[in-house]
Amino acid sequence: MTDHELRLKSIRYRRDVLRSIARAGAGHTGGSLSCVDILNVLYNRVLRVSPQTLEDPLRDRYVQSKGHSVEALYVVLADRGFFPAAQLETLCQYRSPFVGHPTRKVPGIEMNTGALGHGLPICVGMALAGKLDDAPYRVFTLLGDGELAEGSNWEAAMAAAHYKLDNLTAILDHNTLQITGHTRDVCCNEPVDEKFLSFGWAVRMVDGHDLAALTEVLQAPAEPGKPTCIIANTIKGRGVSFMENVAKWHHGVPSDAELELALAELEQAVGEQAEAQA
Amino acid sequence: MSAPAPSMFSPDARATAERLGLSLGKPNLEAFAETLLELARHDRNIVAVTSDSRGSGKLVPFGQALPRQLIEVGIAEQNLVGISAGLAAAGKKSFAVSPACFLTARALEQIKNDVCYSDVRAVMVGISAGVSYGALGSTHHSLHDLAALRAIHNITVLAPADNFETREAVRAAAHAEHPVYLRFGKAPMYGLHGPDAEFKIGRAVTLRDGDDLAFIATGETVVHSVLAAAKLAEDGMNCRVLSMHTVKPLDVQAVIKAAKECRAVITVEEHSVHGGLGEACAAIILHAGLSPPFRIIGIPDEETVTGSQADIFRHYGMTMEGLAAAARDILRRAEVAV
Ligand SMILES: [Mg+2]
Repeated sequence: MTDHELRLKSIRYRRDVLRSIARAGAGHTGGSLSCVDILNVLYNRVLRVSPQTLEDPLRDRYVQSKGHSVEALYVVLADRGFFPAAQLETLCQYRSPFVGHPTRKVPGIEMNTGALGHGLPICVGMALAGKLDDAPYRVFTLLGDGELAEGSNWEAAMAAAHYKLDNLTAILDHNTLQITGHTRDVCCNEPVDEKFLSFGWAVRMVDGHDLAALTEVLQAPAEPGKPTCIIANTIKGRGVSFMENVAKWHHGVPSDAELELALAELEQAVGEQAEAQA
Repeated sequence: MSAPAPSMFSPDARATAERLGLSLGKPNLEAFAETLLELARHDRNIVAVTSDSRGSGKLVPFGQALPRQLIEVGIAEQNLVGISAGLAAAGKKSFAVSPACFLTARALEQIKNDVCYSDVRAVMVGISAGVSYGALGSTHHSLHDLAALRAIHNITVLAPADNFETREAVRAAAHAEHPVYLRFGKAPMYGLHGPDAEFKIGRAVTLRDGDDLAFIATGETVVHSVLAAAKLAEDGMNCRVLSMHTVKPLDVQAVIKAAKECRAVITVEEHSVHGGLGEACAAIILHAGLSPPFRIIGIPDEETVTGSQADIFRHYGMTMEGLAAAARDILRRAEVAV
């Protein structure tokens, strides 16, 4: 898949995320838009997973620790054929498996998440199992930056380095916002790179919306004996001008008029992408 | 540091046990550790996960024999459970071993979400449960774990009474398809079962039959109930003793049968009287439309008295003497009421 095709996918994913959230009347808009490019690269270029590998013990694992951004994950999984996209219309409805946080009822989802600070310890366990079995799979998790205030992350960070889990990658969706406002104002976790470095991790920085750069950093071999933290600098609400960097869009649901406006902007982005390609 | 552990049994209780032909075994904790090692030798997917608790968990020999199957995470119970869930999700049969007080309080959200909600084949092992740590104080007591876990969907809760039940419970947990919580203490336990004993999850064991009164007990209070029943038999009272090793799912039929056939029911647990075995039995009995004289014996809702485990058992009437007195009292009141 070319970078151009991948960029078009990202725009389409954003459109589907917004439509899903607007239809459901609930969802985490800002964070889904900030991580959707990361998920795009993971599922289309990096993870060795498919609807055929659901039970394969050697498949790569992805656990979304920032479970609230599940709409982005659902949209990407639907696109990858894990379930028919039409099923997503039941998002947040009575008896739907498409709950507002990931559950294993949905094909392709490895663990039930949503309470913060849980994904990294789980992934340490999965990566340890991989080491015990000499299995070649890789384990990925996506963390929110507000989420880093949960101490369990740092327990897991310590254990990952102790066990030299170079099959583990934690991606930080570093959009610097959380529900209350700027992470630095709520409870500052900067400099976050130095924290992971001092815990014994390899740390890489990347523009979390640059698909080529994400591809490079996610496909790169790990530093032997070290878990990897990829700090993906992102923009909360990315792709919709009036949602970008606005904390209230953390779980804001677009009105009909706002949705129309947002979709028009994304439509324009498709045009610009086509032009850039030509 | 470890507090000195005076015997859980008075001289009279020991004499009663002798008359019953019971022999003192080892702590259930040791029976657990030996059984787990035995299982793990034949199944390399079994892993023990500890939070600086391999010594307390009697797992030092396990770590020496099977170093690759013992995973140490340091003093970090949330991480202990999260990692155990991840190991299980990736195909391991993980046993997270930590003092019950920390495991089921600090890591309760990990048990609820990562283990139960995600439905992985992980076993939570709460060692030195209840007031096993005695004089170390309430930070080290777990009087809430049965209540908390009863309210969480998708976990079997086992509190074995003696070494036999412990071995069977560990084997059953190793084969379980869904989450299991194992709870036991560290005091040496009398063997309560004969050679033809059977252990089945969800099925109470009738250790003594009788219809004057039923003791429905769980974990390490069962032996005291057996001794109390023996004591009462000397006065012509025939008491039933049920070892309710499975607190969830509870053996509903055994509880109803006891409530129907016996003149009174006493439940016994090393746990708060709130939300544990006693209230579970009370709900079943009321739902069945029965109302026998009924008493819950456990730790009341107060600042727990200080002292050793033996002191605490004696203080709250959980020993042979206390239970026999409670039985006499409830039966006398029942007669007065008639
Ligand atoms: Mg954030």
